[in-house]
Amino acid sequence: MVPTNYYVILSAILFGLGVFAFIFKRNIITIFMSIELMLNAVNLAFVAFSQALGKLDGQVFVLFVIVVAAAEAAVGLGIIILIARNRQTLNVERVNLLKL
Amino acid sequence: MLEYLWIVPLLPLLGSAVNGLFGAKWPNKTVNGVAIGSTGLSFLCALEAVREFFESGQVLFHKEFFTWIAAGNFRAGFDLQMDPLTVVMVLVVTGVGWLIHIYATGYMAHEGGYYRFFSYLNLFMFFMLILVLAANYVLLFVGWEGVGLSSYLLIGFYFLRKSAADAGKKAFIVNRIGDFGFMLGMFLLFRAFHTLDFQAIFTSTTLQGWPVELSGHLGTLTFACLLIFMGACGKSAQLPLYVWLPDAMEGPTPVSALIHAATMVTAGVYVVARSHALFSHAPTAMLVVAIVGCATAFFAATIGLVQTDIKKVLAYSTVSQLGYMFLACGVGAFSAGIFHLMTHAFFKALLFLAAGSVIHAMGGEQDMSRMGGLSKKIRWTFGTMLIATFAITGIPFFAGFFSKDAILFAAFQSQAGGTILYAFGLLTALLTAFYMFRLIFLTFGGKPRFDEHKVHVHESPWSMLGPLVVLAVLSTVGGWVALPALFQGPDYFANFLGPVFAGHETAEAAGEIAAHQLELILAGVAVGAALIGLAVAYWLYLKRPGKADGLAHSLKPVYTTLLNKYYVDELYAAMIVKPLLWISTNVLWKTADVAGIDGAVNGIADGARAIGDGVRHTQSGNTRSYAVWVVVGALVVMAVIFFWPFGGKPVLGMLR
Repeated sequence: MVPTNYYVILSAILFGLGVFAFIFKRNIITIFMSIELMLNAVNLAFVAFSQALGKLDGQVFVLFVIVVAAAEAAVGLGIIILIARNRQTLNVERVNLLKL
Repeated sequence: MLEYLWIVPLLPLLGSAVNGLFGAKWPNKTVNGVAIGSTGLSFLCALEAVREFFESGQVLFHKEFFTWIAAGNFRAGFDLQMDPLTVVMVLVVTGVGWLIHIYATGYMAHEGGYYRFFSYLNLFMFFMLILVLAANYVLLFVGWEGVGLSSYLLIGFYFLRKSAADAGKKAFIVNRIGDFGFMLGMFLLFRAFHTLDFQAIFTSTTLQGWPVELSGHLGTLTFACLLIFMGACGKSAQLPLYVWLPDAMEGPTPVSALIHAATMVTAGVYVVARSHALFSHAPTAMLVVAIVGCATAFFAATIGLVQTDIKKVLAYSTVSQLGYMFLACGVGAFSAGIFHLMTHAFFKALLFLAAGSVIHAMGGEQDMSRMGGLSKKIRWTFGTMLIATFAITGIPFFAGFFSKDAILFAAFQSQAGGTILYAFGLLTALLTAFYMFRLIFLTFGGKPRFDEHKVHVHESPWSMLGPLVVLAVLSTVGGWVALPALFQGPDYFANFLGPVFAGHETAEAAGEIAAHQLELILAGVAVGAALIGLAVAYWLYLKRPGKADGLAHSLKPVYTTLLNKYYVDELYAAMIVKPLLWISTNVLWKTADVAGIDGAVNGIADGARAIGDGVRHTQSGNTRSYAVWVVVGALVVMAVIFFWPFGGKPVLGMLR
């Protein structure tokens, strides 16, 4: 059986990659995908702990996260499409109406 | 009326309130009616109360109207009392006050702020009556402070003129120094007697059994008396607090007559006389009173010699005469002091009012060196002023003769330093005669020293001359109550005040032949001194008009010192005012207020702004930088969870 540590470390690596991409990528879709990556890294950790502790709570949480992520994807993609239509770009640097 | 004694002070207060609140839009006649009516009615009520007082035959009338302050076993009530001393004071205040009100209607007729003037004047009457009718020190202090307030308001009546506003402030501040002592004196008395009612203190067994505090021994009573005398010094313009009175002449002349000559400034003498039972237990304090009074009398008289402003001469004369009154109180002749207070109220009010009439005639000129030769043009003013001058210099059978004689006699007889006090008193009498006749000769005698085509000299209206005539009569006959004493008869005035001062007067009444002869001799000497003063003034200012300037030139250092009033104002300015201003400016204002308080408030505001300015840049509007902050925040939260001494362990334990 694979030790829980491995899952957690994998989850941390995936989450770190997600954060890294979230900050340094300019394309909105890439940023969006990195958010999904972080969510799934968390899901992995949940499942791993659920297995390790022998409880179902973690798996229930994962289901919730997947549902919320689906909803978020729908809304997020909607926003992205609107931005793309209005600004003819997906570069997040250019989405700066709030900037001073 | 005696049972309703409160009406006497209340009437002027009502007059003041009515004129002050509604007078602005009324014609002068209505304002006159209210002001003169209320004071006149007050005078009549006082007369009726006095009549009832004598009819009842009691020595002291005392009535508690209501309790004003009650705290524990301390009670200060609105209690009024009447005894012979109060009778003298009330009649002088209401009577002379009423005459001066009438005079003022003529004098102020062309001035702005007419209703304001009479409102203040009535307010003054109210407080002065409270002062003399009060039956305890607390209520007396109310009147005491109140007359100070009205004095301030009236000195600064022409408040647009800076000198008048400054003079008002000076009077108020100098008086506060004295009042400070007065309050401390009251506290000390309360500590010793547990009450501040006059009768309760004066008749208390504590006081009866109190040992006489011998000279050099500073006991509670000596301290209390000296502190009360400090207040009296401020109010009655004695050394070293006299400086405000000459400046107070910035006020309108009726004010100078009523407040700064006849009534308010005598309040200090009244308080000392009222507290005679305390003073007689403190010979040291008495001696101080006598010395200060004598020194002030002489000191002020010397300054009066060279002043050229007609009102300034009279102001220094007032200071000098007040010194006489304190001299009398100091040597234990309280009734002589009060006698002089009364006659002084008549002739000094007359002198000021006549001087006002002169100023009125000259169209506002106050400098005597630009007057002269007025005697034929304003005969009534000249005649009445001459009578007042006879009275103040002690020419026989005028009012001042009797009272001044009584004071000098008492000073001569006193145990402690009698001869020196008498000598200075006599010298002052000579100086008084000199400067008063100098005033008369400069103003009325000789040739006119003004441009007769420009100044239209005219006699004052009868509303002004009437009070002059009445006061001239009083200045003549006012002393005659003491006339029999001159011919070995009873001294009616001293007998009248006898019940008040019983057992406390050290100066023995006439009765012994030797003492009586001594009194006659002393009176003769005093008259001689007055005549010498008259003769010198006549010679210098009428016979040889050039001589006075020559004398001033040959005695230049003395003359300039006197002309500059011994540089006392400059000395006070250098020693007290300047350092205070410096401390206020540099320490209190620039250091404590600007740097300290303002600095703290502004510093906090500046700090908040600086922090905001710094933090503002994190809110850039750039979405990605917000994302970085979210990550940074999450990292911080994680760091806290993992590395916080208490928070981290469960999580770490779960991992293992």
